[in-house]
Amino acid sequence: MTSHATISIEPVGVRWQSMLPPLAVLALAGLGLLSSDYVVTVLGFAFIYAIFCTGLNFFMGYTGQASFGQSAFAAIGGYGSAILCADYGWEPLLALLFTMAISGVAAVFVGYPTLRLRGHYLAMATFALGLIVYEISIEWTSLTQGYMGYSGVPPLGIAGFDLVTVKQQLVALAVVALFGVFVAARLRQSRFGRALASIAGSEPAARALGVDIARYKLIAFVIGALYASAAGSLFAHFVGFISPEVFGVTMVVQSFAMLYLGGIGTMWGPTIGAVIVSVLPEALRGLKEMQDIAYTAILIFILIFAPRGLAGLSALFKRDRAQTREGA
Amino acid sequence: MALLSVREETMRFGGLFANQSISFDVEEGELLAVIGPNGAGKTTLFNVISGFFPPTSGSIHFDGEDITGASAHHVASSGLVRTYQLVQLFKHLTVAENVEIGSHRVTRGSVFSALFRPEWMRRQEKAVCEGARELLRFVGLEDQADVQADKLPYGRQRLLEVARALAAKPRLLLLDEPAAGLNTQETEALAEVITRIHRAGTTIILIEHDMSLVMKIAQRIVVLDFGKKIAEGTPEEIKAHPDVIAAYLGGTEMTDA
Repeated sequence: MTSHATISIEPVGVRWQSMLPPLAVLALAGLGLLSSDYVVTVLGFAFIYAIFCTGLNFFMGYTGQASFGQSAFAAIGGYGSAILCADYGWEPLLALLFTMAISGVAAVFVGYPTLRLRGHYLAMATFALGLIVYEISIEWTSLTQGYMGYSGVPPLGIAGFDLVTVKQQLVALAVVALFGVFVAARLRQSRFGRALASIAGSEPAARALGVDIARYKLIAFVIGALYASAAGSLFAHFVGFISPEVFGVTMVVQSFAMLYLGGIGTMWGPTIGAVIVSVLPEALRGLKEMQDIAYTAILIFILIFAPRGLAGLSALFKRDRAQTREGA
Repeated sequence: MALLSVREETMRFGGLFANQSISFDVEEGELLAVIGPNGAGKTTLFNVISGFFPPTSGSIHFDGEDITGASAHHVASSGLVRTYQLVQLFKHLTVAENVEIGSHRVTRGSVFSALFRPEWMRRQEKAVCEGARELLRFVGLEDQADVQADKLPYGRQRLLEVARALAAKPRLLLLDEPAAGLNTQETEALAEVITRIHRAGTTIILIEHDMSLVMKIAQRIVVLDFGKKIAEGTPEEIKAHPDVIAAYLGGTEMTDA
C-alpha cells in the first residue's frame, strides 16, 4: 500500500470555524457526562483512538509514509503503564511519560534501519513490527501474563488525586486528545511541518531543497510512536485491563479506517474519524443482525462522497467563500 | 577561484559511459549553458553535481569544498540547488506553501521551536511568508498564491519550481531543461525570469534544448556529445565550432539550432 496522502491546508489564522471541532469534542464529552457509563466508555475509546490516529497522521498523513506497526508502541505504553502502576505502584502520569520515552527510544532503533524502505516494503516491515510485539505480549507470560491479560490497572490520576469515575476520566481524555491536536497543528504549521509535507509531495524535490529525508521520516515516526504509546497507557488506565488482542491487527485496521474516513493529512481528520468509527457501530446496535451491513455501507458511502475524508469537506465551504469573494 | 569546478568527472553505468572525463569551471555570477543531443549525458552530469549519485571517478568542488559523493541534501544545504526536467512540485500544497518549503535551507528550527514558538521563530515564519509572496511576485504568480500547485497550467508550474528554488537563496542554481514542454510565449516569459535571476547576482547552470533560448541568454556554453565534452565557449564560438555542427548534424536535433 502506497499512501497517496491528500493534505488540505487549514487556514493559519484563528477564525470562528476553526473553533468548531474543539467545541464539538468538548460538547461530546459534555454529552457523555449526561449519559450512561456505556456511552461514556464508547466516547472514551473514541478519544483514545483520536490520540493514536493524530500521532499516526504525522507519519502517514503529513509525511506520506505507511506504517502498519504503530500498535506495537501502543502495546509498549499499555503494558508498561499497567505493570508499573499495578505492580510497582507508580503514579499513572509518571508511568505514561516514562513509557512514552521508552516507545520513543524503541521507535528510533526500529525506525533507523526500516525507514530506508519505501512503499510496500516499509508497510511490510512495520507490519512485522506489530506482529512481533503482539507475539511477545502473548509469549512472555512472566511479564505480560499472556492471553490472560493484565488486570487491576488503577484509574488515571494526578498527584494522588485519582479520577475514580469513568466520567471524570472521559473529561481528562477529551482534554488530552485536544492537546494532542493542538500540538499536531503547531508542528504542522512550521518549518518542521513543511519539511514533512515536502517528503509526502516529492522526495526528489525535498532532497534538492536540502531536506534531510531520512531524519524527518524518523522524527515523524517517533512522534507517531509517542502518541501511540500515550494512547496505549490511557487505554490501560481507562479500562483497567489489557490483553494482547487490544493491540492486535484490529487496532491497525480500525485506525486506518479512522484516518481515511476523517481525512488523512488534515488537522482534525483523525479525531473526526476516530469519533465516527467508534460511535457509529454502537449507534446502529438497534439494527441487530443488520448492524455490520449498515455500518460498512455508511463507511463506503462516506468514502465515495468524501474521498478526501470528512475533514476534506470543509474545503468545499472554503471554495464557496472564495467564489463569493471573486463575485463581489 | 571558481565557484564550481568539475574535474575529470566520469560516470559509468555498467559498460556505458554516461559522462567521460568532463572538466569545466563555473565562475561566480556566470550563466553557463550545457547543451548536447539527447542522451549526451547532460542530466547525468546534473545528477552527479547535485549529489544524486556519486561519480565513478573525478571530483566536484563547490565553493572550495569537495562535494564529490556528498549526499543530495548536503549538497543542497551548501547552496547548490537544482530543478528537475519533469516538474517535481508538492502538488497537494498551495503555491505559496511550495515556495515556503524552498526556504528550508536558509531557515532553522525543528520540533521544539515549532511547538514553543520563541520570538525568533515567529519572526522567521513571518519572513518566510513575506519572502514567498515576494518571489511569487517576481515570477508573476502572486495572484495564484492560494491555489493548489497542481491546478496551475504547466508553464506556471515551471515558474513555481523556479520560485521555490530561489527561496533557498541558491549560490548556484541548476536548471534542468526549464523550457521543456513550454510554448513560445511561456519560453519567453521564462527566459526573462532567468535573466532577471542572473542579473540579481545568482550563478546559473542551464541545461536546455531550446537553442534560441540558450543563444540568447547564456554567456558561455559547454557542449556534450556521447558523454564527452566536445566544445566550450561563447555562443558565437559554439555556433561556429565544427565539432558542434557535426554533432548536431549527425544527430537528430539540428532543427532549431
